[in-house]
Amino acid sequence: MSQWVSKGIFTGIKSTRYPQADELAPGVSPGMPDPSGPLSEAQQQDLIARCPTGAIFLQDSRLAVNYRRCIHCFRCVRGTDSPLGWKKSYEWTGLSSDARPPEWPKAFRRSLHIRIVDAGDCGACLNEVKHLANPYYNLHRLGFFFTPSPRKADILMVVGPVTDQMRRPLHEVYEAMPTPKLVMAIGEGALSGGVFGPSFVTSAGVRDVLPVDVEIPGYPPPPLAILHGLLVAAGRKPPASMVAEQPDLAQVNR
Amino acid sequence: MDYPAEIAAQAGQKWAQDLEVWVDRRKPVCELRLSTSQILPDVARWLTTEAKLRFAGLIAEERSDKWEFRYLFYLEHQPGWVHVLFCPPLSEKAVPSISPAVYAADQHEREAEDLFGITFTGHPKLGDFVLHDDSWQEAVAPMRREFNQEAALAERVPREGWRPRTIVEAPGAFVMPVGPVYGGVTESAQFFLETVGEDVIRAIPRLFYKYRAMEKVAEGKTVDEALLLAERFAATTAFAHALAFSLAVEAVCRTRISPRAVGLRIFLAELERFRHHAGVIQEICESTGLSVAASQAAILEEDLLRLSGALTGHRYLFGLAVPGGLMRDFKGGECREAVEQAEKTLQGLDDLFEMLRFSSSFLDRLEGVGVISFQNGREQGLVGPLARASGIGGDLRKAQPYCGYERGQLDEVTETEGDGFARLRVLYREAEQAVRVMAQISTHLEAGDVLSQIALQRGAALGWAEAPRGATFHWVRLNPDGKIERYHVISPSFVNWHGFHSATENFAFQDFPIILATLGLSVTENDR
Repeated sequence: MSQWVSKGIFTGIKSTRYPQADELAPGVSPGMPDPSGPLSEAQQQDLIARCPTGAIFLQDSRLAVNYRRCIHCFRCVRGTDSPLGWKKSYEWTGLSSDARPPEWPKAFRRSLHIRIVDAGDCGACLNEVKHLANPYYNLHRLGFFFTPSPRKADILMVVGPVTDQMRRPLHEVYEAMPTPKLVMAIGEGALSGGVFGPSFVTSAGVRDVLPVDVEIPGYPPPPLAILHGLLVAAGRKPPASMVAEQPDLAQVNR
Repeated sequence: MDYPAEIAAQAGQKWAQDLEVWVDRRKPVCELRLSTSQILPDVARWLTTEAKLRFAGLIAEERSDKWEFRYLFYLEHQPGWVHVLFCPPLSEKAVPSISPAVYAADQHEREAEDLFGITFTGHPKLGDFVLHDDSWQEAVAPMRREFNQEAALAERVPREGWRPRTIVEAPGAFVMPVGPVYGGVTESAQFFLETVGEDVIRAIPRLFYKYRAMEKVAEGKTVDEALLLAERFAATTAFAHALAFSLAVEAVCRTRISPRAVGLRIFLAELERFRHHAGVIQEICESTGLSVAASQAAILEEDLLRLSGALTGHRYLFGLAVPGGLMRDFKGGECREAVEQAEKTLQGLDDLFEMLRFSSSFLDRLEGVGVISFQNGREQGLVGPLARASGIGGDLRKAQPYCGYERGQLDEVTETEGDGFARLRVLYREAEQAVRVMAQISTHLEAGDVLSQIALQRGAALGWAEAPRGATFHWVRLNPDGKIERYHVISPSFVNWHGFHSATENFAFQDFPIILATLGLSVTENDR
């Protein structure tokens, strides 16, 4: 048994310094499209047409990217001569429009227990959630814990677009949780149905079924993005904007 | 007797009255077109027993004027396929079941019955499979063309009080339901554990809680849109499924792929296999409660996810495989650097194994646990590392080489015990093999483009790949506009869940998570 103890000790500390400092290791996040570069109108139209989910759109005649709809298909950067920019970020979490802030942040400031429900997930989001507990991310050091029992849970994490046959189990878990409680939708599937929904067997995301407070975009959101989401839920980080816009050139030049 | 044409000739003689033979000599495929359903079970039995073919799956299709039931069989030791085709008129409501003759067809027929409303006469267990009876009424057939997606939800008449069928009849026997939401970070599936107290006698899974009707959603979509579904229905093995889908589309459109794209595809497929196997090893360590080992393996899996992310831009290899090749090129240097890192990770895994195999508390919990015998696995048609641990071959990279694997010399990894430890050893050896293949490819990449033009046309074809969890088959039919008319996926998890009950007979309750982890089955890959 002693060999395991020494193996553990000699591995050293692997944990990321996030949230004290940015994590810069390569491959920790797929990043998000960045519309801030200069593009001609034809190029903009081409990019909008290439996006299969409508994540790229025009807002006040400026190009914008809706993180809530990005599925990381990379069609706006690969196989085109005028690729969109790309941003290696992971702080994407925003508050949902039906978030209920009066109850928090007071109730959610200390250690929080999480129950996760897979409501039709593709496997990637769930795997990334699983990796939150690995030594690199080690969510326990920040006071977050997974619990098997909904009765002890403060936060309900939902992955997947909510399939027809998971709707009832999901409701039962939500009902079993004590108040105040928070619902987190994780991943494109849980936010909008992803590539599958809405259809006759899937909803258009968790909001169709439950009131959602915190939304984490990404397909899948990497562990750091989920960690940021948890910190937002606990009121320890400010929420981010889920729409990235091209800067107003007229404003910049003035 | 192995070349498919020879098999076809023999079948033609045997059932001369009721069967028409068609041979495609360019691809070693032959079709046996049956004019009567009576001989269907006999032909299937003959193909699997006398001709020693493996059953791959059943594809049901509703064509404009008739049904098309396509039973796929393949040779285990050389390239060759036999498709048995039976096309009754659409008014036909029942087809004889082949599962009494070929047990591997059991769950394929259950799926077709649930989704198309066709009865397979002689099948012992139909209903409540994909569409649960306590959620949908019988006779809802979502894959039929007449099915109205909008009206379906309005007319629900679920059957309340559904109960699982129990088998154990001992005094004091009871059923313990687990799931669909249960401990930890787990996929949604339900298990009925039949027990008389300490030991569990049988465990019956109830799946498809996550049924997203991927195949129905794909209908009428463009190839590009359907590719997103193929890549994302089981995202931990995204590349293998996107590859099999692309191969099917390329076969329909007769597209040739550049040698560079072929090499890079193998490189990425093996990288995915390595990462997936490291993930399963992590779960096995976790399930045995050996926390240092679980943490060590988790570090290594995360290293591989980061390696994939740094190399390709996405930790799960999204946005790479497309019909026609790959969406982006890689520099030779990038690949060699990735190989170096992969070798380092492999060394870490090997060090871990050296410690694991001398930890008696670990071995005691794997050895002799969840045994699948060769005989059972063979009858259930199991595939992948899980089958190879029971001595069942049929690795598609060797049996039916695709996408450049025909040029390699790959040794099939097999073990004989069929228990948890044998499965762990297969995973380890395959991970080593994957890194070896990556190293070989990275030094032999040919120059050229990675994306070929593809001219969409009508037709149907099968694409297949050895996904990390085993053989996957993607059937794609394109209409004259180049849109998807029918898309059907036979995934390794769908096939292997069929073997779940034979690995879970008479076991101690605390072994349940360990058996689940060593089987390495995916729910999302099954549920689609």
